[in-house]
Amino acid sequence: MIKQYLKDSAAYIWSGWGAASALLLFTALWEFGHQIYGSLILPSPIETMQALGGLYDEGIVVPAALITAKRAMIGFFVAAGVGSILGIAAGLSMTAARAMRPIITVMLGIPPITWIVLALMWFGMGGGSAVFTVVVTTLPITFAGAMMGTHTLDQGLRDMARTYGTPFGMMLWDVHLPHVLSYLFPTWVSGLGMAWKITVMGELLSTTDGIGGEMALTRISMDTAGTLALLVCVLGMLMAVEYLLLEPIRRKMEPWRSQSGQGNFNTPKGF
Amino acid sequence: MLRWENINHRFGLTDVLEDINITVEKGRVLSLVGPSGCGKSTLLNIAADLLEPTEGVITNTFERLAIVFQDHRLLPWRRAIDNIAYGLKARGINRDSRHETARRLGHRMGLDDEDLTKFPHELSGGMRQRVSLARALAIDPDLLLLDEPFTALDVGLRRDLQDLVISLINEHGLSGVFVTHDLSEAVRLSDEIVVLAPDPGRIVYRQQIALPSTRRDETYVFRAVGELMQVPAVDAAFRIDEKAA
Repeated sequence: MIKQYLKDSAAYIWSGWGAASALLLFTALWEFGHQIYGSLILPSPIETMQALGGLYDEGIVVPAALITAKRAMIGFFVAAGVGSILGIAAGLSMTAARAMRPIITVMLGIPPITWIVLALMWFGMGGGSAVFTVVVTTLPITFAGAMMGTHTLDQGLRDMARTYGTPFGMMLWDVHLPHVLSYLFPTWVSGLGMAWKITVMGELLSTTDGIGGEMALTRISMDTAGTLALLVCVLGMLMAVEYLLLEPIRRKMEPWRSQSGQGNFNTPKGF
Repeated sequence: MLRWENINHRFGLTDVLEDINITVEKGRVLSLVGPSGCGKSTLLNIAADLLEPTEGVITNTFERLAIVFQDHRLLPWRRAIDNIAYGLKARGINRDSRHETARRLGHRMGLDDEDLTKFPHELSGGMRQRVSLARALAIDPDLLLLDEPFTALDVGLRRDLQDLVISLINEHGLSGVFVTHDLSEAVRLSDEIVVLAPDPGRIVYRQQIALPSTRRDETYVFRAVGELMQVPAVDAAFRIDEKAA
C-alpha cells in the first residue's frame, strides 16, 4: 500500500509537466500579444515579473497577499462550513429540498457585484464588506452541493446497511458521509476559486489594502504591468492552494473513484 | 423456519402479491421462480424486513439472515476486504479479527490478497458478486437470501458461482431462499421450487426435488427443467414473460 502511495504521488508530480508546458504555451501567447500591442496595453511577461519584483522590494505584495488570503479564507470557511451543514440538513428532508431549490437558483443568479454594492451600504468601507460578499456568493454553491449529495443517497446501499443492522454512527461514517463528500468536494474547490476572485473584486471597491486595494492604486496610475503583477500573484496563490492542498486531499480521500484520463492500470483479472 | 402466511401486497393501486403461503424449513433451500414482475424480489424484501406487507404475517425463527443482492451493493469507497467485513463491523467486531475472517472468506471465494485490497470499481462483475457473497457469509448466517445474484454474469461464470453456492450451503448447513427467473438455476440449487406468475404475483406450482444438489448433473437438470416446462401452469407463467418481452 505504501508502494502504491509512492507510485501515485510520483505520478501526480510527474503529471505537473503537462501543466507546466500548457502554462509556458500560454506565456508564449502572452509575449506574442505584447509584441503586437506594446507595453502600455499588454506588458510582456518579463516586465510583469519585474513589476512583481518591484512590488516585492517595496514590501507591498506580501502583506497585501496575506490580507487578501485571510479575507478569502475566512469567507470561504464560513461559507463552506455553514453551507455544508445546512445543505445536509436540507437534503435529509424532501420538503426542505424542494423548497430550497428556487431560493438557491435566485441566490446563484444574483451577480456578486450587486452584493458588494449592498455590502458597502450595509457595512461601509472595509474588509468586512469583501468577506461578507464572499460568504453570500459561495454559500449557495456549497449548500446546493451538500443538499444534492444528501438527497441522492443510494436507497439500495441503505437497504443493504439495514439488513446488516448497521448502527447509526457507522451508517453516517461508512455509508452516507463518503457519498456526500464526493458531492461536497467539487463544490468546495469551485467555492474556493470564487472566494479569491470575489475577495479581490470586493477589495478593489471597498478597501485600500489587500491585492484588490493595490490594484485600485495601479489603475489610478495606469500601471498595467503592476496590475498584471498583482494578478499573477493572486493566480499563484490560487493554484498553490488548489494543487498543493485541495487536490492531494481529494486524492487521499477518494481513491475509490476511477481516475479518468490518467489511465487505470489495475485492470481486473478475469476468471 | 421462515414462513410467509396469507401475504397480500399492493404498491399504490397495483396488486403485487396475492395470497402467498410459503414455508422454508431449517436446512432447506427454496427457489422462487417466475418471470419478471411476479413479485419474487418483493417477497424477499418482505422476508428481510425491508418491506411491510399490506396484509399477512411473516414468521422468521432464524437467528441471522443475510442477503445477496442482484446488484452487488458494495460500498464503492471501501476496499473489497472492508466490504466483506462490513457486517462484522456493524456487529462491533474489532478490526483485526474481522479482517482475518474477511481474508479467509475472500480466499475461499477465490479472491487473492491483491484483489482484497481493490476497490469495487477495480473488480470484475463476477469478483464483485463473490465479494458480496463473502460479505453475506461473514456474519455466519443461518438463512441466506439470494436475489438473482448471478443474473448479470455470463453463463460459465454463473455455473462457477452456482457450484460455489452449493458447496457453501452444504459446508455451513445453511437454509436458503433463492430468487431467480432461470428454471435450470432453480433445479440445480434448491430442494423445493415455487413457481410464481405475475399480475398479481401468485403461486401457480410447487415441486420438491429429492435428489441432493451435489448429485444433480447436467443431464438431470435438463430433464427436470423439461419436465417442469411440460406442466401447463409453469409453461403459461413463462409465456406471459415472452409476450411482455
